[in-house]
Amino acid sequence: MTTTTKANAITAREVTRAIIESKPLFILDVRNTSDYDDWKIEGGIVGSLNVPYFDLIDGVEEVLPKLPKDRDILVVCAKEGSSIFVAEQLGEAGIEGVRYLQGGMKAWSEYLEPVKVGDLKDGGELYQFVRMGKGCLSYMVVSEGEAAVVDTLRMTDVFEKFAKSKGAVIKHTLDTHLHADHISGGRKLAEQSGGTYWLPPKDADEVVFEYHPLDEQSRITVGRTELSIRPVYSPGHTIGSTSIVIDNQYLLSGDILFVESIGRPDLAGNAGSWADDLRKTLYSTYKELSGDLLVLPAHFGKTSELGEGGRVAARLGDLYESNPGLNIASDEEFRKTVTTNLPSQPNAYQEIRQTNMGRIVPNDDEQRDMEIGPNRCAVHDK
Amino acid sequence: MKIDVQVDAKGLACPMPIVRGKKALDAMQSGQFMELFATDKGALNDFQAWVKSSKNEWVSHEEKDGVHRFVIKKG
Repeated sequence: MTTTTKANAITAREVTRAIIESKPLFILDVRNTSDYDDWKIEGGIVGSLNVPYFDLIDGVEEVLPKLPKDRDILVVCAKEGSSIFVAEQLGEAGIEGVRYLQGGMKAWSEYLEPVKVGDLKDGGELYQFVRMGKGCLSYMVVSEGEAAVVDTLRMTDVFEKFAKSKGAVIKHTLDTHLHADHISGGRKLAEQSGGTYWLPPKDADEVVFEYHPLDEQSRITVGRTELSIRPVYSPGHTIGSTSIVIDNQYLLSGDILFVESIGRPDLAGNAGSWADDLRKTLYSTYKELSGDLLVLPAHFGKTSELGEGGRVAARLGDLYESNPGLNIASDEEFRKTVTTNLPSQPNAYQEIRQTNMGRIVPNDDEQRDMEIGPNRCAVHDK
Repeated sequence: MKIDVQVDAKGLACPMPIVRGKKALDAMQSGQFMELFATDKGALNDFQAWVKSSKNEWVSHEEKDGVHRFVIKKG
């Protein structure tokens, strides 16, 4: 069992790039089968096999015939210890180029890939941050040395460094709603950068901290140019859910509308009555907006929703053609779709909501553990 | 219940608690009891899944001040 072969690491960033660039990859996931079935690395041409590491302690012979010869093999576990152990054994057994995922699924869950969405009319830029491991999306508007971040994730240092690299100071952080699948970094980032934290007041009944109410009267400007951030009240996923129109070009739809699905109304506890709000938001409020707006959601469920360079976006008008959630004829059928046979809830979603209200304050390790697993915010995420 | 073999895997990270535990069990007689201590957070999940997939038998688990104590009967 003593091994001398050193296995090389691959970072979560490199795996993210490989998925975006459709590079073939084969994953040997050595976590417990229940963890693997719940959540794993997926992508267009990612193949994977699950064999728990404790079945490989005496030797890796049994998996050798199951590994493809024509692909890079990546061994993955929860942190990284077991994947190093197995990768080294595979190296000993003569498999070349085996690597392990540095930091394991924990690092995978936390990596954010910045992708440029486009330019703003008056010279600013809009970026999307793709959290490949969990399917979360954040946004940063940069203009004239100022920045605003929408649906900030817990890893606030990523946003701070990025803004700095653009020579911008973060003036505003906004949450489109009180999130249930991940811990918001919005308040922390605003505190750290001396900015203002905005949250829809209807989602904030139980929050215990100060915030600026984000409603249709809010006017938020970034930079000295004519960049307007216009909130549109769009309840349904939560009662406070608010979409944000930026520069009359982009619709940040939060968890209301995704590229291949729509938001689920049950995570804040009131699926029945919010189903009708969701119907109204998607079938009338959004219908009145320009079909040319580029929809930029707060999540994706499948890597098939990733477009060029990893960007997750679609024209609103096109989604009215292609998105199954926007093509349900009757109110009754819609209500049934969004309230029955829903996927299981995101991991620790109650505790995550409590954390986002400031009612509980878990430490960093606990926060990391609470966020394990996919986002599961869409009605079609199975 | 008489503990036949004790294993101290405190301070060791995954996969070592299971590696040590398995090694100890391999050298034991069927029906003997092993007591193993570990501090790795993932140990509980992994021990449960591993014992389930093996012929060995889960006897007990408790945690005190971050130290997990497992008792497993060799199958």
